[in-house]
Amino acid sequence: MPDAILSLTDARLTLPGNAGPVDILRGITLRVDKGETVGLVGPSGSGKSSLLMLMGGLERATGGTVMALGHDLTAMNEDALARFRRGNMGVVFQSFHLIPTMTALENVAIPLELAGVRDAFPRAKAELAAVGLGPRIDHYPSQLSGGEQQRVALARAAVPRPAILLADEPTGNLDGANGQAIMDLLFGLRDRHGATLVLVTHSPELAARCSRVVRLADGLIAPDAVKAAAE
Amino acid sequence: MSLAFTIARRELRGGLRGFRIFLACLALGVAAIAAVGTLRSAIQSGLQDQGAILLGGDAQMEFTYRFADDAERAYMATIATGISEVVDFRSMVVIPDDAALTQIKAVDANYPLTGIVTLEPAIPLAQALASTDLPGAVMDPVLIDRLSLTIGDTFTLGTQTFRLTAALLREPDSAAAGFTLGPRTIVRTDALQGSGLIAPGSLYETQYRLLLNPGADLETIEAAAKAAFRDKGMRWSDSRRAAPGIERFVTNIGSFLVLVGLAGLAVGGVGVSSAVRAYLEGKIPTIATLKTLGAEGGLIFRVYLTQIAILAVLGTLIGLILGAGVPLLLAPIIEAQLPFPANITIAAKPLAEAAFYGLTTALLFTLWPLARTESVRAAALYRGGDGPSPRPKPIYLAALAALTILLIGGATILSGIPTLALSAAGGVLAALLILALAARALRKLARKTARTTLTQGRVPLRLALASIGGPRSEATSVILSLGLGLSVLAAVGQIDSNLRRSIATDLPDRAPAFFFIDIQPDQIDPFLARVQENPEVTKIESAPMLRGVVTQINGRTATELTDHWVVRGDRGLTYAATPPEGTKITAGTWWAADYTGDPQISFAAEEAVEIGLKLGDKLTVNILGRDITATITSFREVDFSSAGMGFVIAMNPSALQGAPHTNIATVYAPPSAEAALLKDVTKTWPNITAIRIREAVDRVTEALSAVATATAWAAAATLLTGFVVLIGAAAAGTRARIYEAAILKTLGATRARILASFALRSALMGAAAGMVAIMAGSLAGWATMIWVMDASYRFEPASAVAIIAGGILATLIAGLAFAWAPLATRPAQTLRAQD
Repeated sequence: MPDAILSLTDARLTLPGNAGPVDILRGITLRVDKGETVGLVGPSGSGKSSLLMLMGGLERATGGTVMALGHDLTAMNEDALARFRRGNMGVVFQSFHLIPTMTALENVAIPLELAGVRDAFPRAKAELAAVGLGPRIDHYPSQLSGGEQQRVALARAAVPRPAILLADEPTGNLDGANGQAIMDLLFGLRDRHGATLVLVTHSPELAARCSRVVRLADGLIAPDAVKAAAE
Repeated sequence: MSLAFTIARRELRGGLRGFRIFLACLALGVAAIAAVGTLRSAIQSGLQDQGAILLGGDAQMEFTYRFADDAERAYMATIATGISEVVDFRSMVVIPDDAALTQIKAVDANYPLTGIVTLEPAIPLAQALASTDLPGAVMDPVLIDRLSLTIGDTFTLGTQTFRLTAALLREPDSAAAGFTLGPRTIVRTDALQGSGLIAPGSLYETQYRLLLNPGADLETIEAAAKAAFRDKGMRWSDSRRAAPGIERFVTNIGSFLVLVGLAGLAVGGVGVSSAVRAYLEGKIPTIATLKTLGAEGGLIFRVYLTQIAILAVLGTLIGLILGAGVPLLLAPIIEAQLPFPANITIAAKPLAEAAFYGLTTALLFTLWPLARTESVRAAALYRGGDGPSPRPKPIYLAALAALTILLIGGATILSGIPTLALSAAGGVLAALLILALAARALRKLARKTARTTLTQGRVPLRLALASIGGPRSEATSVILSLGLGLSVLAAVGQIDSNLRRSIATDLPDRAPAFFFIDIQPDQIDPFLARVQENPEVTKIESAPMLRGVVTQINGRTATELTDHWVVRGDRGLTYAATPPEGTKITAGTWWAADYTGDPQISFAAEEAVEIGLKLGDKLTVNILGRDITATITSFREVDFSSAGMGFVIAMNPSALQGAPHTNIATVYAPPSAEAALLKDVTKTWPNITAIRIREAVDRVTEALSAVATATAWAAAATLLTGFVVLIGAAAAGTRARIYEAAILKTLGATRARILASFALRSALMGAAAGMVAIMAGSLAGWATMIWVMDASYRFEPASAVAIIAGGILATLIAGLAFAWAPLATRPAQTLRAQD
């Protein structure tokens, strides 16, 4: 049996809301193995992004356990989670989330620098070249188009060679051609570096490229998806 | 109602939440100026209301060196219903083991004509000064303490013994006396008959206080008195300007503080400008929508101009209420603390002045961001403010220039000290320019450094540098606001410590230990012989000294030609057969040693240039009521800064020898020898007055400290405004920082690293603002010391270090006060909110 990279057991997430607590995730049990590409699909508000955030330790589960690479994320504090993400996880967001005060190159170099990597800049440069942004490394995010910003975000996520790549609707803010290019890059990166990829998407084409699809509905994994996973 | 106003009103319905910093900055600046102005006008009105009491009468005729003659007394009798004669001079209070300088006021039975003298024990002055076994005297408590006297003890003035009968708590006419070196002693003039103090040639002044008929026309009487007696050295003052010295001082210091307040308002302007910029950035979707719906640029501009104008009026009103209200509330405390009368009320003029400054500044600092709303296209607005900012239309640039001229011109006229106002305005503009350039340089440097190997592996440093150098950096606003406040403080610090140094350190090294005055002609030789015998005395200089008033220059009234200090009052003058040792003649020639022809003058070169005198000019000097007209035949360098002998006017001996005069001597000796020397001289010649330079320096330093303290307070108001701007900038940046912290956490940064980066960013900006402030402050300090004070300048590192530390601390506090939210927020919540 392959190694479990991510495993969630009865993971729950309840957030305070205006009209009282809201149960976002109501008990998710899921295992992702090494090398898998998992697509998280489901209607808006079903909890896909929240589940991805739990996997990345960006959100803390209010119940159950979240294990990543053998570590219990629910037992770690903010700083321990931050340290854990270095080198182990790369995250790509729908809204890119580049640091506006830094150039493309600096944005890509920063995770390496945080991890204390000595040749952060040459590696960041190479990674930007790999996503086709070699000539634009000194541009600030505001000087780049949406597609270009997402490419920088991809390079930033991939540059530490993480074991896990998490992508939250990476093409959601892009037009068809740009979205297609980003998906090719994302899967290309995954193939090159052998990372495990979990992505949230609304796009059936994208979901179809994944080795497994998990469907969420109302904070739970939908039965058909469980079945699909079991097959 | 116009469409612009309607839209503006709708926009403002949301409340003033986004405008707290705007209002605080403007209100603080206006309040500081209004408060200073209110106090200044309170003191001016107090001085005017109590003019007669301050002067000791409705009017005063004053003579130097002599009493009024019969003609003058007869004239006074015709105009006055009451006359009191006061003799004012310096002398020594001598007790068996000690002696101290005092300013004696010898009075007649009519003193005081107005007001009352307060004594401790509370007895009437007449009783206190009455002769029993000995004539009575009252004395300033400071002097009583200094000599360890108790009521009932005896002391001598000259050769006359007095009994101390009471401590002098308050004399009604003390403010009009101005600055004196010795504390006051009051005695009866007739008791001084046998003291040997008021001899021909002694340095004393007589003041005749006059009570006039109610409704007397002071202007007419003044003109008549001046026409009759001015040429005999009479000086006139009256209750309209009883204490011109204090009035001038209060007006000048008040105007100076208003200028410092204006610097504070400029700092506030930076805050106002960034608040408006932030507000308008938030309004970009609204503006863009309005433009999409057909609103023209002009309408958009008017909409936001209307809003800003409403807010500016509100901020100014708050400032005026604070500026007038606080002094009014604290009136009892302030009035008790001030050494002169003040009527603290709501005065319209200073409030109008403060309102003018507030509104003009608000408009000046908001016009640029306002004008940009018109120039930017709707599409560009949607893209955010990161592109190159478009330059506003020429008309707005012209309006900016006009507002700047209006503000500076207003300050120049309203302050009444145009030169200082213009220099201060120039200083503030230059400082703003330097700070803006420095901010730009810092951002560039930060950008460059962030990409060097220096920062590799030092993540917090690189993050800090990147955010200082990157787009939407707070650096410019922080450096401008904090830097300007710190610059003012740095300038005050540099000037204050330089003045203290030049007074306290430089002066006594070069200055003599004592001035001895009132040495009678028959005492000078034995005096010199005796002092020279003292082995510790290193140098003695002496010169005959007379006092006179320069009344005419080339036959025309001197005060009409110039208001130079040399012609303003009576001056010391001397005579000498040969140039005193070390004299440097810069033009013309000194008279022959045996010259006995028409009177000649050697005049101080620098003052001659200032007045516009040239060789061959004729000066008329009134000495003891007698006019002597002499020709200027040489100019010479005179150094007043060493406190040694410095006479603007020296004449040939035959011109002055016949006039009654005394001698003055400067004696150089180490501090250890001073006490014995003082005792020896005052015991041997009780009429000789000793002025200890060290004590005089202390008095001057005290007076300067008060000015420095007032200035530091005004500068603190500037700094407080700067701090409010910092808080505003930090608060405005919070959202950006929460976002940044969330991304960094996602990428693996710990909270400690994020906090370190925030702290470094604040500290770097604070240090940069501090360093620029040191540069600007030192420049201002240097210019003031060299050009205004005519003294040397030395960089004072202690105050500079304090300024930089203060800058770092202020930005750290402001920055870190808002660091909690970014550190505490979970990344997922933040990043999702942005999606």
